[in-house]
Amino acid sequence: MTQHVSPPRGGTDKAAPVEGPPAWRVRLGRADVRTLTLLGVLAVLVLIGGITQPDSFLDTRNLQLVLTQASVIGVVTVGMTFVIVSGGIDLSVGAIVALSSVWATTVATQEFGFAGILFTAIVVGVGCGLVNGVLIAFGQMVPFIATLAMLASARGLALQITDGRTQVVTVPDVLKLAERDWYVLGIPPLVMVFAAVTIVGWLVLNRTTFGRRTVAVGGNAEAARLAGIDVRRQRLYLYLLSGLCCGIAAFLLVALAGSGQNTNGNLYELDAIAAAIIGGTLLTGGRGHILGSVLGVLIFTTITNIFALNNLQTDVQQIAKGAIIVAAVLVQRRTASTH
Amino acid sequence: MAPEPPLLSMSGITKSFPGVRALDGVDLDVQAGEVHCLLGQNGAGKSTLIKVLAGAHQPDTGTIRWRGEDVTLRSPMAAMRLGIATIYQELDLVEHLSVAENVHLGHEPTAAGFVVRGRAAKASTAALLKRLGHPEVDPGRLVGDLSAAQQQIVSMARALSHDVRLIVMDEPSAALDPDEVDNLFRIVADLTADGVAVVYISHRLEEIRRIGDRVTVLKDGRAVAGGLPAESTPTREVVALMTGRNVEYVFPERPAAPPAAEPVLRVEGLSRDGEFAPLDLEVRPGEIVGLAGLVGSGRSEILETVYGARKAKTGRVLVGGRPLRSGSVRAAVRAGLGLAPEERKAQALLMLESVTRNVSVSAMSRFSRGGWIDRGAELGAAREATRELSLRPDNPAVPVRTLSGGNQQKAVLARWLLRGCRVLLLDEPTRGVDVGARAELYAVIRRLADEGLAVLLVSSEVPEVLGLADRVLVLREGRVVHEAPARELDEHRVLDLVMEGSPAS
Repeated sequence: MTQHVSPPRGGTDKAAPVEGPPAWRVRLGRADVRTLTLLGVLAVLVLIGGITQPDSFLDTRNLQLVLTQASVIGVVTVGMTFVIVSGGIDLSVGAIVALSSVWATTVATQEFGFAGILFTAIVVGVGCGLVNGVLIAFGQMVPFIATLAMLASARGLALQITDGRTQVVTVPDVLKLAERDWYVLGIPPLVMVFAAVTIVGWLVLNRTTFGRRTVAVGGNAEAARLAGIDVRRQRLYLYLLSGLCCGIAAFLLVALAGSGQNTNGNLYELDAIAAAIIGGTLLTGGRGHILGSVLGVLIFTTITNIFALNNLQTDVQQIAKGAIIVAAVLVQRRTASTH
Repeated sequence: MAPEPPLLSMSGITKSFPGVRALDGVDLDVQAGEVHCLLGQNGAGKSTLIKVLAGAHQPDTGTIRWRGEDVTLRSPMAAMRLGIATIYQELDLVEHLSVAENVHLGHEPTAAGFVVRGRAAKASTAALLKRLGHPEVDPGRLVGDLSAAQQQIVSMARALSHDVRLIVMDEPSAALDPDEVDNLFRIVADLTADGVAVVYISHRLEEIRRIGDRVTVLKDGRAVAGGLPAESTPTREVVALMTGRNVEYVFPERPAAPPAAEPVLRVEGLSRDGEFAPLDLEVRPGEIVGLAGLVGSGRSEILETVYGARKAKTGRVLVGGRPLRSGSVRAAVRAGLGLAPEERKAQALLMLESVTRNVSVSAMSRFSRGGWIDRGAELGAAREATRELSLRPDNPAVPVRTLSGGNQQKAVLARWLLRGCRVLLLDEPTRGVDVGARAELYAVIRRLADEGLAVLLVSSEVPEVLGLADRVLVLREGRVVHEAPARELDEHRVLDLVMEGSPAS
């Protein structure tokens, strides 16, 4: 099928042939080009890792470790992507992960075993998301401010609960999730949760009315309102969703670390935003890519891993991260202007 | 003596934005020391033209001659260096800086190249304010603490702080009280006496009569009249130029007999403070009711209040006999109302999305189950709806931003068609639509009515209302002053009605 992608500009309504973008780009689509670019970056990183540390980097255990480490922040990033697509921002994700993880590992909670820990982590996450959502959707607060306030209070509450101590998990079933014996076909259960959240997130954003409303609210809130969409309710749901993702991530983190700490999830908000942005989600809202966000997370985690294996300091790592963010945004602006 | 070349001479200026040609070959001549008024409805191209003149937009084609020489206004700075200053309607002052700091923003008097000489800045600002008749404004005060009128004076002082030869004023009187307007006119007279030219934009015809020397009327991105004498041109002629047609249209035929069905939309005593007085109206299925009036007559406000986008002060809206919850767009949409708003891009379209997704956004429940979208059904429904309106190109997968204005409007109509709405509210349906594509849009609207939709139409173009509607309500300053079947009215009668009582008629 030939696609007519170059409609007339101004003048008459008759189609005048206007030079369109090169055919290959039209067939692939902008999103696909971006996904391929990110995959390419990831491939280059794997190559660098393989060349600099051929034994330790490509080792199965190391790759399992990278994926496991990506899982916690990855789940948070999926929720963050939805919020950013709707034109919002959630600065409180790291603090919510901390609060959920410590609340889920108090002595009282652990008495209820696996279910108690899982339930508490998710309820605390959703509860924080509810507060964010109500403040933003019905209190008319700017998302930046409302979630900044949540960041401060949730961290404070986490510190109050733990008194700065590490709460060790004593429920064996939770700890098993991170044990090698429980890997299925070599895949850690935590990674499977991450994969499941990614797939569900992709489907919700791209195949459901909820996803469409999210995109509409982020693309043009006034148009969405006049088209009959309940913009406020949608905003509320989105912060709930982000809180839910934080709760899941907190549970994964508790299983992985075998403990809950008030310092958990430090600066997750910045990593999640950065991953979403290099994945092609517009910070202004209206367009987002779950797969791009996940690839962004994988790229950052792989960099961290390679630097650690090569005994490079975190300062160099931070500089590399910053450079990648700038490069990704510049490349995206170029592709945007050619369309 | 040979006639002086005009101070400014713009010719053949065109400027297109995706989907619409905002300027289509505009000529404008301005003489030194004259007040040249620029008239036109919203969307006629006035703001685009002054942005070209201010260096904020680059024209696609056309030439600009300044004091007899070809110039390119690459940036606002370049225009300012030539002596062209623009005072926008939305004043561009920094609220948290003082008056003097605002006036000298970007060209502060300095010592040794970088130390700002605050006292010198204050002194020169005070002199400028005195010249503008407002010595009481303290140059040290924060701009945010000043009244709207005083802020405008500051904006003017800033323009005069440069060596200015032409000042563009975009609706300067809109925010002013009558006595402040008198002061504004005195300032304009002083400026022109000094040989400065003023390009004055206003909707208020009586102002143009008072201070204008010549008038250029813009319509649909063209200058339909250039350099008319402001004093002697009859008001009716000016209004007819603004609201009339420069092309004869074929309007679709009306059904022979008016529809007899019960009204589907009934508005009872609806009002909003300061916008429109209590209003009653009825629209039957198959009927097109038009609201005619000038800018400021409350047209768009009425439509948006009926739709629930603004909360009514009094009165109610009934659809199919049932009252709507006031101030709720969702209630209106559920009851079967659909709005095609005036600002299509800002209020209706998702510019990043495809035509399909723009069309389907209000009717997602029709092809989804449990929130899961059947994309095949969605595409099919969107294709059907856009085909019915002959939307071009015939491919709903293309991004909506690549469509022309007329086809973007069809995408909005297709949205409500797909939703299955009973009442269509059309606010300036041909705004931003190329002249050649309008007749087709009229035919589409009439066909939708023939199929049983009730249509409430607002337009600032009198012939459009008369040609398309079955029944017309004429508005003036938020009140219905006349109601009649369209075939019993003509353009002159409606113009007399909308202008009645205004000073210059």
